[in-house]
Amino acid sequence: MLLRHTPKEIKERSAVMINPAKTCQPIGAMYAALGIQGCLPHSHGSQGCCAYHRSALTRHYKEPISASTSSFTEGASVFGGQANLLQSIRNIFSVYEPEVIAVHTTCLSETIGDDLPQIFDKATKEGTIPEGKTVLGANTPSYVGSHVTGFSNMVKAMAALAEPTGKKNGKVNVIPGWVEPSDMEEIKRLAALVGADITLFPDTSGILNAPLTGEYSMFPKGGVTIAELKGCGDAIGTLALGEWCSADAARFLDSKYKVPCSVLDMPFGLKATDRFIDALRTVAGKVVPEEIAIERGQLVDLISDMHQYFYHKKVAIYGDPDQLIAMTEFLTSIDMCPVHIVTGTPGKKFEERIKEITKDSPFPVNVRAKGDMFLMHQWIKNDPVDLLIGNTYGKYISRDEDIPFVRWGFPILDRQGHQYFPTVGYKGGLRFLEKVLDALLSREDRDATEQKFELVY
Amino acid sequence: MATAKKKLVQWEPTDIKKELLSKYPAKVARKRAKQILINEALENTTPEIQANVRTIPGIITMRGCTYAGCKGVIMGPTRDVVNLVHGPIGCSFYAWLTRRNQTDAGENGENYMTYCFSTDMQDSDIIFGGEKKLAQAIQEVYDIFHPKAITVFATCPVGLIGDDIHNVARLKKEEFGDCNVFAFSCEGYKGVSQSAGHHIANNQIFTHIVGENDEVKEGEYKINLLGEYNIGGDGFEIDRVLRKCGIATISTFSGNSTYDQFASAHTADLSCVMCHRSINYVADMLETKYGIPWIKVNFISAKSTAKSLRKIAEYFGDQKLIDRVEEVIAEEMKAVDAAQKDVFPRTDGKTAMLFVGGSRAHHYQDLFAELGMKTLAAGYEFAHRDDYEGRQVIPNLKVDADSRNIEEIEVEADPTRYKPRKTEEELKALEDGGFEFKDYNGMLPDMEAGTFAIDDLNQFEAEKLVELMKPDIFCAGIKEKFSIQKLGVPMKQLHSYDSHGPYAGFKGAVNFYYEIDRLVNSKVWGYMKAPWQESPELSATYVWE
Repeated sequence: MLLRHTPKEIKERSAVMINPAKTCQPIGAMYAALGIQGCLPHSHGSQGCCAYHRSALTRHYKEPISASTSSFTEGASVFGGQANLLQSIRNIFSVYEPEVIAVHTTCLSETIGDDLPQIFDKATKEGTIPEGKTVLGANTPSYVGSHVTGFSNMVKAMAALAEPTGKKNGKVNVIPGWVEPSDMEEIKRLAALVGADITLFPDTSGILNAPLTGEYSMFPKGGVTIAELKGCGDAIGTLALGEWCSADAARFLDSKYKVPCSVLDMPFGLKATDRFIDALRTVAGKVVPEEIAIERGQLVDLISDMHQYFYHKKVAIYGDPDQLIAMTEFLTSIDMCPVHIVTGTPGKKFEERIKEITKDSPFPVNVRAKGDMFLMHQWIKNDPVDLLIGNTYGKYISRDEDIPFVRWGFPILDRQGHQYFPTVGYKGGLRFLEKVLDALLSREDRDATEQKFELVY
Repeated sequence: MATAKKKLVQWEPTDIKKELLSKYPAKVARKRAKQILINEALENTTPEIQANVRTIPGIITMRGCTYAGCKGVIMGPTRDVVNLVHGPIGCSFYAWLTRRNQTDAGENGENYMTYCFSTDMQDSDIIFGGEKKLAQAIQEVYDIFHPKAITVFATCPVGLIGDDIHNVARLKKEEFGDCNVFAFSCEGYKGVSQSAGHHIANNQIFTHIVGENDEVKEGEYKINLLGEYNIGGDGFEIDRVLRKCGIATISTFSGNSTYDQFASAHTADLSCVMCHRSINYVADMLETKYGIPWIKVNFISAKSTAKSLRKIAEYFGDQKLIDRVEEVIAEEMKAVDAAQKDVFPRTDGKTAMLFVGGSRAHHYQDLFAELGMKTLAAGYEFAHRDDYEGRQVIPNLKVDADSRNIEEIEVEADPTRYKPRKTEEELKALEDGGFEFKDYNGMLPDMEAGTFAIDDLNQFEAEKLVELMKPDIFCAGIKEKFSIQKLGVPMKQLHSYDSHGPYAGFKGAVNFYYEIDRLVNSKVWGYMKAPWQESPELSATYVWE
């Protein structure tokens, strides 16, 4: 048993977190920054954070993740990191020549209280930032929220680059939230089918699923441009996908520049995708083409064809709040029963939303924000499930408790495909259900007696 | 392709160095020039390199932090101790199962390796202090798990807000009575790299665990294996070979290790140091306090493994052991020789570059040599000058301002338990015969003239080196892997082994030979251009056949 010390009996804990279902802010900011064209993310802290965040993202995407760091020493940690950041900016522009540097902070620079705008101001006055180049920043204290919060903070900093001209440009801002490059690609494909002209930010497609050609560019083609970000204040509206990841940026554009926004769920599954497409056609003033209706019908077809394998199957699922809310709704909508739902990210609204979505469940539902995977494992021991859905760390529970397992979320360290094939949209829904069916039916095949071993499902 | 001759390196080493520095601002160039060395090691003289100095901000270093060196590297692999990280969640999350320290706890043994423990500090803990939460977290761990020991690791903010983790640990230890609790002040900003964390871990393990258990362990020829972390099962393979020879391992620091192994380390008769950088402090302290001599060993490559086994046998000086070691080597080398013979024609003459933490960039050159491959450039993230140039430079090393606050602990001979394992005469006889105690000659003397040693390599230099010198394989870590492969050069991770291994010992050598053969001869590197990219111009109308 890999998690042999996890007892069935649950003792409430107030201080120790065991097997977290979250990580810290800066990695989210780093991921978001990679969705800007020509951008080098910069971690203003000691270099260990940067090394860890780069490694974690690399292991997930199997792609180079470039990011620089202020490399604090003990001296800087006591007397402030201004000199380190100024040196960094100088060195980065000389050696790596990015268009943009997107700075985020860590628990170190936040605890000592380094003032990013003041340092940027000094850099500008001293001419450290070359003409035409951009430096932006977000405060991402690791002791607040989670990686999702860090993502949201950097996305908000991107929205803050808006320079409205006062003339609407007819475009729609779409803030996709923390989804895979493949998901961002899928959102762009759907928008193109609808005929909506969108500014997607951040946009890591093309950057974190780049081809192998024998040439390496630290800044592959792709990502939202600074010009596009400047223009997002002139958009006719913003669709923010996910309350935790995207709402802050959208509300900022709404309150500051009167760009009206809608906060939707991430488009995982049938209903959330329906709402996304419907909102997109409304704000863009377009008619949804038949092609999209066909894709939707195919997903409904698969659900009806395979319904017997979904019906009343108990599921444990963990990950990030925006993704979990949409996925819990999707599972519930096909008559599966999510019964244990955990996110490490804080937020009371999460538990309320999940309770609302699962209120008609035939089984009792456990939900916890700021929970951990140790607690979820204990719940599973007390009330076993038919399927486990979440990031790679679930494989230890899956093996110990012998539960079919579908990898979904962040990070996935031990399988390929997530960076290439979407799970958003109707097409993504098809792929996701295919994975669920494969896990469930492989288990039937494994467990069936020879007499009951089936050729056809 | 596989057998095609590689184009010769056109550039002179001095020109390459110039190229590496050309893009830097003047100050950066001056500093990097001291960390990029064209090797001219001659007998008895090695050139001087600058190492273990602060990282240049913004340069895209490969380095990590002190916490990683302490918790991630040294304490992480000990399976029956609960490692509790005091800090916001990231530090513990990123060190959760990401180093491949394999573990065998048997059916019912204690194993906390698969768990991740954190106090998950919040903003209120930063403002009001986290000591209470830490004490409560230790209590909860104790109540749920009852481990032998709970160790506490400081992260960046802990030092800044002034939490006294050592006091919290001491009070809890007194309260429990049956659970050792102690802490490591391994804040990420200390020192300049992982290296400071090694030193802090060494000091605390030595102070709080080593010597706790005086019980005499069974077995002949008792050794400690220091600085072996059982990545990909390396330690298992070394254990297999040692057991076959009849050598008993009292402790391993710290692959697949237990609390009791550390507690009993002082009962061994010889310490064998694999990774010099991370563990030489414990080796020295074991000698000073308990009289256990140490030698440098290397179980990476078949020849080095054989040499190390012979060295251990020579130390004990027992003919029975010497004969057994020869038998084992002869037996094990059959498979190694067969594999080498098979692979050699496909790897001979190829070239490699190695940039790994603090020891493997040296050790793995032996394996490449067995494949007929030349190392063009090598370097460490965080090694010190003695790892490059040899321990003879230690008296001349200056501790600079960035590393001055790393604690040096004074150790004295134990009044009752100090026992020299060899008499003065025995030691002298061994040394007269060419036996080297407490010695490590560093990486440079083993590298050819005109090759490069580069300390704290960065992203820009890595790319430049590959572009100019066109190695057949580049070895480093996960952060470097995919940018190198985008350039069309196979990349081998020598931290994680790319989920492969073991590479130590005899079986490990065979694994490595075939892995490198696979990488440098893979078909995939021939697919980078599409047919229409290779000849984009249409020269004639296509005729359907």
